Amino acid sequence: MKKGLAALPLAMLAAGAMMASTAQATSTLVYCSEGSPEGFNPSLYYSGTTFDASSQAIFNRLMEFKYGTTEVVPSLATSYDVSKDGLVYTFHLRHGVKFQTTKDFTPTRDFNADDVLFSFNRQRLASNPYHNVGGGSYGYFDDMGMDKLIKNIVKVNDYTVKFVLNHPEAPFVANLAMDFASIFSKQQADQYLKAGTPEKLDEDPSGTGPFEKVQYQKDSLIRYVAFKDYWKGKPKIDRLVFSITPDASVRYAKLKAGECDIMPYPNPADLKQMAKDPNIKLLSQAGLNVGYLTFNVKKKPFGDVKVRQALNYATDKKAIIDAVFQGAGTVAKNPIPPTMWSYNNSIKDYPYDPAKAKELLKEAGYPNGFSTTIWAMPVQRPYNPNARRMAEIIQEDWAKVGVKAEIVTYEWGEYLKRAKAGEADTLLIGWTGDNGDPDNFLYTLLSCDAVGGGNYSEWCDKSFDNLLIKAKRTSNIAERTKYYKEAQVIFHKQVPFMPIANSTVYEPIRKVVKNYKINPLGTHDFEYVSKEN
Amino acid sequence: MFQFIFRRLSLVIPTFLGITLLTFALIHMIPGDPIEVMAGEHGVSAARHAELAAQLGLDKPLYVQYFDYVVGILHGHLGYSLVTHDSVMHEFLTLFPATVELSVCAAIFAIFVGLPAGIFAAVKRGTIFDHTVMTMSLTGYSMPIFWWALLLMLVFSVTLGWTPVSGRIDVVYWIDNVTGFMLIDSWLSGEKGAFISAVSHLILPSIVLGTIPMAVIARMTRSSMLEVLSEDYIRTARAKGIAPWRVIIIHALRNALIPVITVIGLQVGTLLSGAILTETVFAWPGIGKWLIEAISRRDYPVVQGGILIVATIIIIVNLLVDVAYGIVNPRIRHSR
Repeated sequence: MKKGLAALPLAMLAAGAMMASTAQATSTLVYCSEGSPEGFNPSLYYSGTTFDASSQAIFNRLMEFKYGTTEVVPSLATSYDVSKDGLVYTFHLRHGVKFQTTKDFTPTRDFNADDVLFSFNRQRLASNPYHNVGGGSYGYFDDMGMDKLIKNIVKVNDYTVKFVLNHPEAPFVANLAMDFASIFSKQQADQYLKAGTPEKLDEDPSGTGPFEKVQYQKDSLIRYVAFKDYWKGKPKIDRLVFSITPDASVRYAKLKAGECDIMPYPNPADLKQMAKDPNIKLLSQAGLNVGYLTFNVKKKPFGDVKVRQALNYATDKKAIIDAVFQGAGTVAKNPIPPTMWSYNNSIKDYPYDPAKAKELLKEAGYPNGFSTTIWAMPVQRPYNPNARRMAEIIQEDWAKVGVKAEIVTYEWGEYLKRAKAGEADTLLIGWTGDNGDPDNFLYTLLSCDAVGGGNYSEWCDKSFDNLLIKAKRTSNIAERTKYYKEAQVIFHKQVPFMPIANSTVYEPIRKVVKNYKINPLGTHDFEYVSKEN
Repeated sequence: MFQFIFRRLSLVIPTFLGITLLTFALIHMIPGDPIEVMAGEHGVSAARHAELAAQLGLDKPLYVQYFDYVVGILHGHLGYSLVTHDSVMHEFLTLFPATVELSVCAAIFAIFVGLPAGIFAAVKRGTIFDHTVMTMSLTGYSMPIFWWALLLMLVFSVTLGWTPVSGRIDVVYWIDNVTGFMLIDSWLSGEKGAFISAVSHLILPSIVLGTIPMAVIARMTRSSMLEVLSEDYIRTARAKGIAPWRVIIIHALRNALIPVITVIGLQVGTLLSGAILTETVFAWPGIGKWLIEAISRRDYPVVQGGILIVATIIIIVNLLVDVAYGIVNPRIRHSR
């Protein structure tokens, strides 16, 4: 009897495990996500975690990024025309697009122009009854300058919408493919408003996307089923589960045990082992990001271009890639990543040359170097997995040319606040692209407008700025490419920041998963994925 | 008895005030800005920063914020999360059942293993069994939870495949959230295998979380039992020819239990704080993980409200422990 009792739990476990594995054989895709979404309205939040759970799974936008690329193609719009002056964009909308049914909302009409107007007007007009719901802060919309760019949105008829702009802006169409531009159901919004529960729209929205949200348990899981009336046809997997697992080693353990099929953000130290696992396929792709060190040109001695160039010569970037990225990255020479169009490959990076650095410092009037600080971020980012270590290497390199640097760090919010206030001499930071447009790097990080914002170098160069503005004003890609390549030449000479690395993004998946592609923009899209039994 | 409970209760009010003041002061003292954390590399303009601060009430002087907070508590409002805009109480209630479920299972593990181990070690004092139990409990006590969790996970889940790696139930079971307790919900669902899956998901986290309390209970039981076993009345009982197990269980254990109960009560705090690490490793959706995340995001209302509720629970448990003494040992009731 005693023996029997002891064996019981084990037998139960084995039975449970067997049942689980047979049931898993149906097409349930499990994605071990890194955290809980902040909510289900992608226009209210910035994080990729929220985008994966909301905009990628539930919604569509007028435009979309072609699967696994940054190419912008029509989605809920079938086509668009641009007026000659570049100020009016007319979008022709897709017919027969259904919205999902949620717990307390059953759509009675298809997607139309009203939904487009609602989704944008909520973010841009304080008079919209939904504007203040959920905190009323549409950071991404404002950050992309959409609040200042859009003059008016006009419904021409049910399937035609006109966007009137204040000035021509070529990246506008790419912005419409971004997560914050997701299209909500106006009918659902009206219903909740009438019932006095507008906040429900952000908790349980109805979208036109590939998956319907069924259940969300904070910090535990999110469950979706394939939307059977999806306008592109029902996705190949029937169920999609986000199993929320914040620790990277645990995500890896779950992947090995077959408890999840896809995991994001592996530990660099686990990559070698992952590549050897017969059940795991390790996908990799050059990330759309750049990690860099800014020089505050408003502070002495960084206003002198020779000093900035000297410190470029003095830094051994290759050593940083080896030590900090453990090989999972490449040396960066331009402010935009090499996978982006208009990348100027003819630019030659400053080689590691301490002698040349010393010479330049002498010319600049610092034959014995000087003292400064290097700010190191307290958080891990794809473009910089270990800022502290990176700062230490730079510190050593600079010491060899006589520059004594002290490493400074703050809590993340404090770090960003002080950095924006211009307190840092030199600062480690970086950027991951939002929409695949060079403007999203160059204008956000280096324009005169961005001083006091993303331009931590506080560098404002009129000739550089003019090129960026010219590139914004035309939608001709060849012309824009020319401007951006020229801008990169100016950047290289002026080096307001030192590009350090473009990291490689890794995503291990189980071999049973088919047609999964890493999204260069960093979010995760399961619409086209299937799973072998 | 009522007077005794009343006396204990009157101490609770100043304790509460102290807790609100302390959590408020500490979370506001560490540098950081919730708005900047939310915006990340994007940053926000000074104007928008001011606008958001006004919206979230962060622009008011600290003493006004504290006053608002205390008034809110008196009205039963703990505020809204700065990140999710959900009410703190609602978030707490969604996550708390998971922590309770885990803590109760860990406590059961700790008591059912720790207590007998301690008794045996005392009875078999000086034998190899005693030394083994004490060495193991010392090891358990000094075990870093994070490492212990990953070790068990690698051995039992990844290598042997006996238990699941993490989570509360296998993703194939779509269980409705009725009570928030997965054991109950999975049972109610009637889905075949769901309950077993829920149990199997609890095994490793309970062992990990219960290890330190188990070690403490075992050591405490042993020393307390040794003391009691050397008392005269035990010798008398033995001399009267009472069966050895009766002497140990009825005569000795009851008296030895008092310090043990104190320790068990104190372990509630350990369980709730230990749950932070255990929950992180096992992706267990409880309040530990919630609080840690709130601290790193400077989500003031969540940190303040969450800690206040947890502290309240610990106070209540300690009160219950005090009452339990009274029941186990009537002499405590009457003394001051």
